[in-house]
Amino acid sequence: MNEMIFEAKDLSRSFTVGHRVFGDLANRFMGDRPPTVLRAVDNVSLTLREGETLGVVGESGCGKSTLARMIAGILPVSSGERHFRGEPYDSLLARKRDALKIQMVFQDPLSSLNPRLRVGEIVGEAAVLHGLVPRSRVKEYVIDILARVGLPADSLGRYPHQFSGGQRQRIGIARSLAVKPDMLICDEAVAALDVSVQAQIINLLMDIRRDSGLAMIFISHDLSVIRHLCDRVAVMYLGRVVELAETEQLFASPAHPYTRMLLDGMPKISLERRKFMPIKGEIPSPLSPPSGCHFHPRCPIATENCRRTRPELREIASGQVHACLNVEAI
Amino acid sequence: MTEPFFQVDGLNTWFFTRQGVIKSVRDISFDLRRGEVLGIVGESGSGKSVTGMSIMGQIDEPGRIVSGSISLDGQELTALTFEEMRRFRGRKIAMVFQNPLMTLNPLMRVRDQMYEAISEHEDVSRRQMHDRCIEVLMAVGIPSPEERLNAYPHEMSGGMRQRVVIATALLLGPDMIIADEPTTALDVTIQAQIIYHIRRQIDERGLGMVWITHDLSTLSELADRIMVMYAGAMMEIGTTEDIIGVPRHPYTRKLLGSVPSRNTPGEKLRQIPGNMPSLLSLGKGCPFASRCERATEICGEPVPATQLSATHHIWCYHPFEE
Repeated sequence: MNEMIFEAKDLSRSFTVGHRVFGDLANRFMGDRPPTVLRAVDNVSLTLREGETLGVVGESGCGKSTLARMIAGILPVSSGERHFRGEPYDSLLARKRDALKIQMVFQDPLSSLNPRLRVGEIVGEAAVLHGLVPRSRVKEYVIDILARVGLPADSLGRYPHQFSGGQRQRIGIARSLAVKPDMLICDEAVAALDVSVQAQIINLLMDIRRDSGLAMIFISHDLSVIRHLCDRVAVMYLGRVVELAETEQLFASPAHPYTRMLLDGMPKISLERRKFMPIKGEIPSPLSPPSGCHFHPRCPIATENCRRTRPELREIASGQVHACLNVEAI
Repeated sequence: MTEPFFQVDGLNTWFFTRQGVIKSVRDISFDLRRGEVLGIVGESGSGKSVTGMSIMGQIDEPGRIVSGSISLDGQELTALTFEEMRRFRGRKIAMVFQNPLMTLNPLMRVRDQMYEAISEHEDVSRRQMHDRCIEVLMAVGIPSPEERLNAYPHEMSGGMRQRVVIATALLLGPDMIIADEPTTALDVTIQAQIIYHIRRQIDERGLGMVWITHDLSTLSELADRIMVMYAGAMMEIGTTEDIIGVPRHPYTRKLLGSVPSRNTPGEKLRQIPGNMPSLLSLGKGCPFASRCERATEICGEPVPATQLSATHHIWCYHPFEE
């Protein structure tokens, strides 16, 4: 098996909600109220091996984007450890050039690309700044990278708004590749694209992965995309990982009731008229998650115990890891 | 089968911009029966949303309906004045958009917005308005509707907001609803809930529905018939069985083939080469020809409709065999 490239242990991230100044004033005059704390990510542990693609799937508010930002090193953690090739992030991020080994691609290329810079500058800037390529040779360097992502050389002098959504996403990918990363984090990178454009970008990512052996973390709400691209999948619900398994295993025999519900809700192209069953309940607010197992109010097999006990991740015979207290009872 | 109550015939909606004429919708024709869901599927720029806006009479300068007819129960909609069309909207045809936060007024309670929708068109007591609001809110599966009436849009989740929008669309008992990507922004489990309630309302109330989306998976499970659009033109229309089961148009096949769930995991997806042509520089022939592997010289000529069966029509010189 390949070497470990990334390891996260008990990662957590909380946000204090509400206005700082007014909240402080209110506390001064009305006595101390505990501030509202949102636990976006709650004790998540993950590993990623060289060349592997790990999928993270979940619905709105499950913390997948917060997790992505922590892994990318652009958001500090509240607690927990992150290691890249065995080195803690604190010392890694202090050396700017090595920190470039971790790159991220975002969902909306228009808001993640500087509208005032030409494509040549967007893609080449970091590589020049960090001395990966001399300024005199940056043009050829950028043209080469643009070719890799399927953009013509004359894109160099144009601005992001002059491109279509799919092409802009290619620019975002080119910017990441320009600094020769070893790990790429894609946060909903194909969510905003049309089906045919989405297929082109997925194929591009697969080509890049094959050619450069890049390790990838692919964050998405779309199970069919995750299934297509990933070796392993982590399912998140309200800040916690509820199941982690090999992709094939997860889709063939999901263990956690939430994973089952997600798979059932996944639209498929078929001629069987699906009975759209009303699924119980809404996604609770992450501000006040249910006690015990967060999923218990919507869970078909919840018991009294699920209300009280926080389930820990545990491994079952198939090698799947899940956090359900009752799953053997099914 | 019942007779269609709604017809679009030869619709052309163009935008006259400084760069030139953008022919967003070209020669679109379809009809709709009560209790039926017609899905319009296409990618960005296919003209599917402009088709919906044309029906609602909401095409603004520099765009306009250049030719064609839109009729509901024999009444010609393109001939209506702005004021007449305003009376017509909501009462006869309602529309639901993708983003409920843009549809709902953030400063008004749900109650006031829904009351306003009724009082704009009818003169009824507050008691009656209240009962009608509760009835439609329950119809779309909103728990504790009394509380929701008092809420502001920001106090509800995305799925709840979209349900309020759909309930408001049902308020005046319209004959048809046009829904433009109504569940695209929602999570899958919430999407399944909403589709369940919508399908039930269509069946119970005998509504006609036009469901505009880029998502073939949802359509295959919900729609009775599907129309495929590309670069402003119709490619293929038929029952869901026709389009999903035996697609004959090369574009429909390519589109279905590029969906991840129709590919082997881990292998490259069957992608469509190239990009959609600019709507400013369309020829008279098939707009898909430049990306189509079956294209020949004749595809540069105007493409007539070919009837394949009582329900299945296609615009292509080189359709696939069954």
